[in-house]
Amino acid sequence: MSTDAYASARETTEGKVYTVTGGDWDTVVAGVDPISEERLVVNMGPQHPSTHGVLRLVLEMEGETVIETRAVIGYLHTGIEKNAEYRNWTQGTTFVTRADYLAPLFNETAYCLGVEKLLGVEVPERANTIRVLMMELNRISSHLVWLATTGMELGALSMMIYGFREREYILDIFELVSGLRMNHAYIRPGGLAQDLPDAAVEKIREFLTFMPKRIDSYEDLLSGNQIWQKRTQGVGYLDATGCLALGITGPVLRAAGLGWDLRKTMPYCGYEDYEFDVVTNTGADVWGRYQVRLSEMRESLKLVEQALERLKPGPVMVADKKIAWPAQLAIGTDGMGNSLEHVRRIMGQSMEALIHHFKLVTEGFRVPAGQVYVPIESPRGELGLHVVSDGGTRPYRVHMRDPSFVNLQALPAVSEGGMLADVIAGGASLDPVMGGCDR
Amino acid sequence: MSQPENTPGDRVQRQAEALGSGELAASNAPTGVPAGRGMFGVTGSSDTSGYGGLVRRRPALLANEPPYGGYFDDVVDGLREGLAGIDGDDDWIEKVVVDRGELTLYVRPERIAQVCQVMRDDPALRFELCSSVSGVDYLGEARRLHVVYHLTSMTYRRRVRLEVAVTVEDPHMPSVTQVYPTADWQERETYDMFGVVFDGHPNLTRILMPDDWEGYPQRKDDPLGGVPVEYKGAEIPPPDQRRAYT
Repeated sequence: MSTDAYASARETTEGKVYTVTGGDWDTVVAGVDPISEERLVVNMGPQHPSTHGVLRLVLEMEGETVIETRAVIGYLHTGIEKNAEYRNWTQGTTFVTRADYLAPLFNETAYCLGVEKLLGVEVPERANTIRVLMMELNRISSHLVWLATTGMELGALSMMIYGFREREYILDIFELVSGLRMNHAYIRPGGLAQDLPDAAVEKIREFLTFMPKRIDSYEDLLSGNQIWQKRTQGVGYLDATGCLALGITGPVLRAAGLGWDLRKTMPYCGYEDYEFDVVTNTGADVWGRYQVRLSEMRESLKLVEQALERLKPGPVMVADKKIAWPAQLAIGTDGMGNSLEHVRRIMGQSMEALIHHFKLVTEGFRVPAGQVYVPIESPRGELGLHVVSDGGTRPYRVHMRDPSFVNLQALPAVSEGGMLADVIAGGASLDPVMGGCDR
Repeated sequence: MSQPENTPGDRVQRQAEALGSGELAASNAPTGVPAGRGMFGVTGSSDTSGYGGLVRRRPALLANEPPYGGYFDDVVDGLREGLAGIDGDDDWIEKVVVDRGELTLYVRPERIAQVCQVMRDDPALRFELCSSVSGVDYLGEARRLHVVYHLTSMTYRRRVRLEVAVTVEDPHMPSVTQVYPTADWQERETYDMFGVVFDGHPNLTRILMPDDWEGYPQRKDDPLGGVPVEYKGAEIPPPDQRRAYT
């Protein structure tokens, strides 16, 4: 019988019993000169609670210090861009919304703006206002998740609970408006899937009354906390030069002092008519990004309020019968479904509406050939949709320039030379969402 | 057909006229390619409509002549001036297209990195940010693989699109990572999805697909894949094998 150094065996009345000691680690450590050969490769993720999904980091360590960081992505690649080429233009919304799942309404808006630019149509004013309203609510909910998860990763567990509590309220609003908490497919080429219900306006107004105080309470909870300060101040430094070279946009760039916000610099959806400030900070560290995001939530509340005031009755879909469905969808008592009036009208009264409905649902509308690039300011930075049409009823190519994908390239820059624990803080401050990164 | 004009409506019209003209050989457009085959090419189903093999032709984008309007003239002139100082022939821009308020410069593949350098550094241009790099596969064209760069000038608040076309047989072009480090991952993605090789890229490996993946998924002749799904007794084929109505 051969003997194993780490699993010695002995006979008992129950049979052979092995005692596994696992002493091999001690042997390895003892065999290594602690002075000269202390480099260690640590594989973090893809299943790790603080990697924001399925991000894998390969870290080369010297003691506690990170010498080299390498991000490995692709674990959540779902082929959204390729799949969109096999559906019609309207169905494309349901695909792109699933990319960055914390900011679905931004994906939808950017895609729809692209399709509308190709079509050469203008959406009605009310649709634009509701888009702004929904996007700004979405920005708050996305920043809340950032605050919640970053708090959790740095040890502030209460922040996680509060952040998700308020986000849940926003998701309730989304459910009331679109029928779904996430992946709404609410914004469609030409306008919106349906109008904003009156109950939603009340709910949003209620949200506006309590939310400013809640944001203050997050600040009270975190800003004065010494641990929070030490974990964030001076950590993950990346200045404006580095940001531009690496293509970093959004709160990270604004926290480096450059007030570049597409809502101001290249307005879309009528943002030029709203009053809000572009918040900047000169820290260029995790603390600065935290400050910028907190203030952006306050600015978004201002925008939501203005959007509510601007809401005027009117259509939420273009009038073109070749693009818009003959009747708007409405949510029934079961929470889903079509309006009875719609079914009655197209089945019983209007032959033309029936034909249009059939053609639009089975075939879809044609989009004149060409290509456009539409950038919007998502919570994470520039979200650009490169949409190509060949003149058919399906997208020829849809490319999403997702800020998570581009911003994640900065991870080595913000983490190398720092401590292992600061990789978490620096990585979290970039706010990567792997659904958007991998698409 | 009269002289075609460059409006969306005319394009659709031209396209309709090109239906069945056979100018684009059917062999260039494999079945299941959304852009290639039309409504009636379905075989093996109960479709008895009798129209087989209609092929939709992609209309060619016509080049514009100056003046292009707006800041586009400044950009094109500035780029030509910036390029004039560099050795080599002066035919670097293949054509200029202005469509839907966006400027597209078609650049010769071997010159893209130098063009980007001028675009970034020239004081009259200052395209500091490379927003996006992506690929498009125009199946049926000779140089079917296109790489599209979207550059942003924060100084002047301008945008411009650079487009480069290469063949599948020789899909090489210089990497722009020396000029725009942000293009690193985006070029890797374009390589991963389209098989375009960016010479001089520091680490051109697959990024989204597994390292041992074969083929380039976003090419139009690469199948979508999928399995049929049973729903209420009926079998629904995967998306790329369903009957298309276009």
